[in-house]
Amino acid sequence: MTTETNAAEERPVIGGPRSDDRKGARSGRRSSEGGTLNVFSHGILFVWALMVGMPLLWVLWSSFKSSGDILTTPWSLPGKLHFENWVNAWDKANIGKMFLNTLIVVGGSVTGTMVLGSMAGYVLARFQFPGNRVIYYLFVAGMSFPVFMLVIPLFFVMRDFPGIPLLATYQGLIAVYIAYSLPFTVFFMTSFFRTLPTSVAEAAMIDGASHARTFFQVMLPMAKPGLISIGIFNFLGQWNQYLLPMVLNQDEDKYVLTQGLANIALQQGYEGDWGGLMAGMMIAMLPVLLVYFVFQRQVQAGLTAGALK
Amino acid sequence: MRHGKYRFIVGFLALPLLLYGVFVISPFVQAFQISTTEWSGLRGTAKSVGLDNYAKLLHSGEFWNALRHNVVMLVLVPIATLTLGLFFAFMLNVGGRARRGAVITGVRGASFYKFVYFFPQVISITIISVIWFNIYNPDPHDGMLNSLLGAVGLHSLQSSWLGAGSIALACIMVVMVWANVGFYVVLFSAAMASIPREIYEASLLDGANRFHTFFRITLPLLWDTVQTGWVYMGIIAMDAFALVQIMSVNMGGPAGATDVVPLRLYQTAFRDSQFGYAAAMGVAMLVVTLLFAVLTMRFARRERIEF
Repeated sequence: MTTETNAAEERPVIGGPRSDDRKGARSGRRSSEGGTLNVFSHGILFVWALMVGMPLLWVLWSSFKSSGDILTTPWSLPGKLHFENWVNAWDKANIGKMFLNTLIVVGGSVTGTMVLGSMAGYVLARFQFPGNRVIYYLFVAGMSFPVFMLVIPLFFVMRDFPGIPLLATYQGLIAVYIAYSLPFTVFFMTSFFRTLPTSVAEAAMIDGASHARTFFQVMLPMAKPGLISIGIFNFLGQWNQYLLPMVLNQDEDKYVLTQGLANIALQQGYEGDWGGLMAGMMIAMLPVLLVYFVFQRQVQAGLTAGALK
Repeated sequence: MRHGKYRFIVGFLALPLLLYGVFVISPFVQAFQISTTEWSGLRGTAKSVGLDNYAKLLHSGEFWNALRHNVVMLVLVPIATLTLGLFFAFMLNVGGRARRGAVITGVRGASFYKFVYFFPQVISITIISVIWFNIYNPDPHDGMLNSLLGAVGLHSLQSSWLGAGSIALACIMVVMVWANVGFYVVLFSAAMASIPREIYEASLLDGANRFHTFFRITLPLLWDTVQTGWVYMGIIAMDAFALVQIMSVNMGGPAGATDVVPLRLYQTAFRDSQFGYAAAMGVAMLVVTLLFAVLTMRFARRERIEF
């Protein structure tokens, strides 16, 4: 037992979730205590996993059931696979159109957020100039404004914008998504650019590269890990955004997925295509689930970093 | 060179600052101004009324009812979410059993659990609301929860859930907890991983059990993270807009039992066109949120000195 304990303690474990415990290896008594507790804790952990996983799986299998079956036998597996739910959702319930709208808006706004956010972050991190601190804190302050307080004035800013109609337009929504993503993005990218070594950029400058060229060809490639984290963060946030499109995008042709699904869900009581709704929700979830499956660690790290600002 | 530098700085900051100024800072400033007017949204018709809207708020039973629900959420939802998050994170990182040749750590499958628990965090709140609307469906045969209870013989526990004024708010709070626990499991796991191992070793030599380890070491050392998490969760609890709008009976019902300030604000502005009054609610939300954050920091800091 002693040797086992020693071996365990000498084993270097750096970082990761496994580095902070050594209890179980101490003695037989402890191991058996751990055993009893383990059955108990495994049980609770498993029950919670079921509670989280089941509703999501339920949406998946319900998307292949007939609307009647979804209502009357919610727990049953689909007897026959109703693929037409997916087709109906895409065509008749306009999920296809909403998907495209969401893709356009989020594609534009994530790109814009990344470009503008890293530009501002770079300048604020690397250059001394009068007003640097003021601008930085102006951006950071935005993280604490409740969006609900802003939506009413924002609605009128958009409605009365001189020259260009912005309400219920792609470009209006994109501009707003970018503006509301800037506080955290600028904050994040500023601290990220501060951590990068200055020598490479200086070498590029000595070789005659302009500031802009140094930024785009040297600094941005170096900042790739940061760009991926913040890019995923913004993609998820903007894909799932609900309040801003609700207020600023009231034209049904321009509906994004979240508001369109909410709209369909609120009408279901009268129209009853539950299978289509479930398929629509699956279609809306697929991109984020894909991102989550592929970038699991970055997603978890990126989203939790947001809380620890 | 110097000239080039300033041109570069201006060139890079102009567009981000412009967007941010127009769509975030200017609405922030205007919110205060609009809140002192009586305005139905028509151009040039805003009438200044001073602090009348705030006086009206103070005497509005509807507003206090909604605010009370937010405050209940503000207190209960973070407690439940953080407690479960801490418990699961501790289990997943420290609660494991000895396995030969391995440093003893979380229970088996810890990374799988973390993966699953985090799921709701990446899904839109709209979809979460629709799913739970179906879970809570009051029909004893159709609803997922009711039919499950029926299947295991607990017919007496079947309920109309969102239709019952006494428990509707609790039902919505459950969804908030459900959706956010995974986030805190991951957050606390990361924080636990950074606790120096020597501290655990010393406590084990002194004969500490799991219970002691958690309350004497893990929790105090995680206190900063818990505090931040509390504020963050409180801000989420101050919202609850989509959940209530989509799930609740008649938006905020039955009989106002699930109404929340953001929903009140939204309806007052975009249904009733009372934009000045609604803007005052927005300012009130800012005040409550800031007050909550300040109180949490105060309270938490005092607690922390004890350790």
